[in-house]
Amino acid sequence: MNVWQLILITLVKIIIIITILLLSVSYLVLFERKISAWAQNRYGPNRVGYWGLLQPFADVFKLLLKEDIVPEAANKFIHSLAPFIALFIAFSTYAVIPFGPQVKIFGEPIKLVVADVNIGVLYVLALTSLGVYGITLAGWSSGSKYSLLGGVRSSAQMISYEVSMGFSIAGVLLTAHSLRPIAIVNAQYGWMWNAILQPIGFITFTVAAFAETNRMPFDLPEAEPELVGGYHTEYSSMKFAGFFLAEYANMIIASAMIVTLYLGGWQIPYIDKLGLSMGLTTILQILAFVVKVGIMLFIFIWVRWTVPRFRYDQLMNLGWKVMFPLSLLNLIWAALLVMIFNL
Amino acid sequence: MSLYDVIFYLFALVTLVSAFMVVTTKNIVHAAFYLLFTFFGVAGIYALLGADFIAVVQLMVYVGGILVLILFGVMLTNKITNVQIRSGSTNLVAAAVVIGIFAGALLTMMLNTRWLVNPGKTLITTIPQIGSLLVKQYVLIFELLGILLLIALVGAASIARKEEREK
Amino acid sequence: MIHVSLTHYLVVSAFLFSFGLYGVVTRKNAVMVLMGIELILNSANINFVAFSKFGNYGLNGQIMALFVIILAAAEAAIALAIVLNIYKTFAHVDVDKINNLKE
Repeated sequence: MNVWQLILITLVKIIIIITILLLSVSYLVLFERKISAWAQNRYGPNRVGYWGLLQPFADVFKLLLKEDIVPEAANKFIHSLAPFIALFIAFSTYAVIPFGPQVKIFGEPIKLVVADVNIGVLYVLALTSLGVYGITLAGWSSGSKYSLLGGVRSSAQMISYEVSMGFSIAGVLLTAHSLRPIAIVNAQYGWMWNAILQPIGFITFTVAAFAETNRMPFDLPEAEPELVGGYHTEYSSMKFAGFFLAEYANMIIASAMIVTLYLGGWQIPYIDKLGLSMGLTTILQILAFVVKVGIMLFIFIWVRWTVPRFRYDQLMNLGWKVMFPLSLLNLIWAALLVMIFNL
Repeated sequence: MSLYDVIFYLFALVTLVSAFMVVTTKNIVHAAFYLLFTFFGVAGIYALLGADFIAVVQLMVYVGGILVLILFGVMLTNKITNVQIRSGSTNLVAAAVVIGIFAGALLTMMLNTRWLVNPGKTLITTIPQIGSLLVKQYVLIFELLGILLLIALVGAASIARKEEREK
Repeated sequence: MIHVSLTHYLVVSAFLFSFGLYGVVTRKNAVMVLMGIELILNSANINFVAFSKFGNYGLNGQIMALFVIILAAAEAAIALAIVLNIYKTFAHVDVDKINNLKE
């Protein structure tokens, strides 16, 4: 396999991933609206297409046709750049998340991940820390109080929760002996999912993931009652859609990360005992990954429509005084596991 | 010209052009923004040098930490709703001349010295080696840095809050 | 066309250092001076990593670069705390005008 072949295969993978991600993001919006309707005992979108299935396209057309308003006081350049930063970061994170085992297509072994890098987990952490920029710059460049407060809040929140997120991941890395996402999934063979081995880490990581994606109950940056719309108050049309898409793409990535790190990735326990053929096993495993991500997404949305928003000091207290010590505890627990059982 | 060379020139160009913009642009937030690209370029250069861990740490600490701090510094030390934050400059000509001479001297030295070039084998990943170096050979410095970071954390918090306590 | 070698990296780092120094010398705003310092630290780091690779010193150079990054984080935090304090006292952060010890 020469360099050009490798580049071609990677390009094909990127195109497939981006298409799937864009489609699933738009349908995730519909999914969320349907679940919120279910939670509030109403129908939700059901006019465009059967069961509202064409609603996402209608939404996109609506946003495309809206006027793009840039406030007078805004810093034009950064104001229009910020949504693209948010989108770019959201989509490029997906490069290292594996969604299936190695497969053979036309006799070539192909890994079902865009980039199998040996520092994959660090790459995700680095990109997550970049996520602050889109929001902070958007808030600042709009030239509006509400946007600015939303931006500042969001950066403080994301930096705080990054700490417990990093320490939770460290526990996973200890048991997997690797920073490579595929190796982490392979280490969770059988029933040894990290969610079972390190329940505290699973909880702290999930909470941190909620905070990093600015979802309820941590959506302080865009709290409607106090900040109008937060950092995207002054955005309209496709730029607003950029932030909107980035939020949902981040949700998918957070779910995929939780599944990869804690819920065994594409693994189905003891599937090799069933004696299925290779092809069927692979398809089942990819399906398992999709189903697990779907369940996590459902939990994300479910929590949003059930749990009320935290106050800002409660959020910071939870982050620093509860989640951070818990993630440290988990690290010690993981170290003990490795020391005693030689995992 | 191999692919490696092309990528190197690309990263070098990004780094140097954005670094130049950092020190010449008038708007402070634009400068912080260009600094982002400089850090990215430097991270790329580290990756080209086979230092994958350093490259990611560069992104995490510089871009994810230090630059956010700097942005906060910019926002909190100016009238924040004013988006046209400007910074004055002094002694432009004198500085340009002196630093031009200095850079010339530095470049002459770097181009004319016959460096002992003895490239070792490039490791696929540097993380296990860096990890064991940190907890074996450099363990004392590593621990001291931990203490230093703690002191810096406490110090920064206490310096920034002093005024409020006196009131 | 010559291949990229140690000298290429050193030249990049020399330019980066000069830009950083220029920023430190000419800027009035304290935050901008800080940005210049970050450029200088980055240029030194490129040298460390480059020599670490081309000089066959193992990973010692990379460890040094790592320590520099850690110190830079501590330095940035302290420096910005000081800058905030200066802003509270003088209502500006112009380093040329901050020359009295009494308020």
